[in-house]
Amino acid sequence: MINTMECAMDAQNLISISLMKIHNSRTQRGGIKLHKNLLVSYVLRNARQVYIKEKYAEIYRMQQYEEVMTVCNEIQELNPLDLDADDRGEEEHERASCCGEGTSVCGSACQRSAAQPAAHCRTASVLPGCSPLEDGGKEPEPSYYRSCCMETSPVSHCDQFPTNSTHCNKTTVLDLDTHIVTTVENGYLHQDCCCDASQCGQSAQSPAKKRKVEFGCCMSDAEEVSDFTAVRKRAKREDCTYSNLDYTDTSNISNLISIFGSGFSGLLSRQADLEHICSKQAPASLRAWTRAIVAF
Amino acid sequence: MKCFSRYLPYLFRPPSTILSSTCHTEADIISTVEFNSSGELLATGDKGGRVVVFQREQESKSQPQRRGEYNVYSTFQSHEPEFDYLKSLEIEEKINKIKWLPQQNAAYFLLSTNDKTVKLWKISERDKRPEGYNLKDEDGRIRDPSTITSLRVPVLQPMDLMVEATARRVFSNAHTYHINSISVNSDLQTFISTDDLRVNLWNLEITDRSFNIVDIKPANMEDLTEVITSAEFHPQQCHTFAYSSSKGSIRLCDMRQAALCDRHCKYFEEPEDPSTRSFFSEIISSISDVKFSHNGRYLMTRDYLTVKVWDLQMENRPLETYQVHDYLRGKLCSLYENDCIFDKFECVWNGSDSVIMTGSYNNFFRMFDRNTKRDVTLEASRENSKPRAILKPRKVCVGGKRRKDEISVDSLDFSKKILHTTWHPHENIIAVAATNNLYIFQDKVN
Repeated sequence: MINTMECAMDAQNLISISLMKIHNSRTQRGGIKLHKNLLVSYVLRNARQVYIKEKYAEIYRMQQYEEVMTVCNEIQELNPLDLDADDRGEEEHERASCCGEGTSVCGSACQRSAAQPAAHCRTASVLPGCSPLEDGGKEPEPSYYRSCCMETSPVSHCDQFPTNSTHCNKTTVLDLDTHIVTTVENGYLHQDCCCDASQCGQSAQSPAKKRKVEFGCCMSDAEEVSDFTAVRKRAKREDCTYSNLDYTDTSNISNLISIFGSGFSGLLSRQADLEHICSKQAPASLRAWTRAIVAF
Repeated sequence: MKCFSRYLPYLFRPPSTILSSTCHTEADIISTVEFNSSGELLATGDKGGRVVVFQREQESKSQPQRRGEYNVYSTFQSHEPEFDYLKSLEIEEKINKIKWLPQQNAAYFLLSTNDKTVKLWKISERDKRPEGYNLKDEDGRIRDPSTITSLRVPVLQPMDLMVEATARRVFSNAHTYHINSISVNSDLQTFISTDDLRVNLWNLEITDRSFNIVDIKPANMEDLTEVITSAEFHPQQCHTFAYSSSKGSIRLCDMRQAALCDRHCKYFEEPEDPSTRSFFSEIISSISDVKFSHNGRYLMTRDYLTVKVWDLQMENRPLETYQVHDYLRGKLCSLYENDCIFDKFECVWNGSDSVIMTGSYNNFFRMFDRNTKRDVTLEASRENSKPRAILKPRKVCVGGKRRKDEISVDSLDFSKKILHTTWHPHENIIAVAATNNLYIFQDKVN
């Protein structure tokens, strides 16, 4: 495994440098040096592997965060049966602060009244300036989808299953990514269909309990929550900043990648096993690079 | 260890018309150095396609201190720039390798090669010339036969020594890719020339055909994963040769096995250490030079950071590994950016196979004594190489407090690199090429 200290940023630089070397070799005196270009293509492959892994890790982190927020919101909306009014207010406040600053898709959900059905979207990344729904008091559409992603990767969104009653005691959310159906019923969570056997088929109580412990931001301890939300806020800010600065670079690199090799074509679509992708695509991409070199 | 720090170095500066140290052009950069089999002659090739041959002075009782100095013996233009019209590619005139043929008569023969063409040169002396021709006068003008009234026999008269180099054979049109090495067989009749994907076998007398004995070109070039980086014949066994690859492996082949030696009889490779994996693992494991020991029992390989000695009887790991400049491991990224990571360092054995030598940056070169396991770093520079001065060992400071005479890694000059070195076959005399300067160091004479 490549040293993890070499992060995606270094990988981007290496990709750019390597492509420049290959390009410059076309005009070098004496013709293209096969040996040197082969070695450069190896660096390119290695850098690309790290770059893709980092991107997927980032996507996965974002997805996890979105999941957390989804469950938080779901629990909040069903809370009249379980939580005190004080706690509810506190949680809403915390959630608002954690999702606020106009940078989160979930900001809209935070503003929503508890009775409204929840719909959350999962995005690959978040752009700054992606403003939440402005009026917290307004009723959102029954089902809405917001995409703030800047990459071409397909974005899943959660469908909303019908619940029309404002005092619904059952909400079902289908995650198209993982095909997990989450049902919240009378304050308890169920996962009707999921990969993780430990979560499936359990009694209503235990997954709810699990969720309670895991998603502590929605729960009681204010200090703990504020730390957690502060961390989340920081992470989101960093993500947004990173995304903002590197938007152009990433899209440029993506463009270059698509120009230079069809070996990259399968990589931006989501697959379950990233390692499998990389191992399968490596020879294909190397071929693509060699093709590019030979074409020169 | 016979450490060169205890012995006399002296600096040899070739005539300034050929190699100028003050303001040199790229054409003056030395690209190969090679002693002949007796050590009497030393040949250098440069990027401008020229070959300069030095000859050792005979020992003189009147001037014992000038024992064994090397002086320019012959200079000639071996290769010229060419243009491949079919591919619209310029063919560089840079001399990639020179190999001497063992001396069989009064003349000297060497093979020199650029990227595409190998040439056999004959270097011979002329110290007499015939005089007294009948049909032409001393100026060379043809005489009118009707004016000739008597005949005379031309006689050889002494003249100033003239060394002339003539191209006796040109071996061309056999390589699609860039030639990286040549090697003369111990049978003295054949030689091999190697490019990135193929090894061709030639007869020294026949220029219009060669036999391809190794071909690693894949059917689909997109499947290419490695190239050949160097090849050499075994010093005694005329049927055995070895070639190294960009993946860090060496293959030993026996020409008696089959006409096409694609199947190796021995395969030398050390498994990669996964803990040191980086973006540049493939680059630094690529072998830049392979050399048989004089006794034919060992192989030496050079990759970017190490020199390895292999026992021909043990394929799974090297016998010895020497770190040349491991402090560069943390700088691979910047070395990649400035292309230094692609530098191809050579390595050499001494005559008794007890010491190995290779170059590094900052005009440093390193020697490793295989018996005592001691090593020394020396520098080829004008300041440190006064005549009769002793070469002082150098040290690179890798961290912590730098001592007075140490040099820190960040202060190394990566534009000053010693890629080419050669060792006299019998004596402790070394020639080191530092960009456009040639340094010759030798033992102190007792």
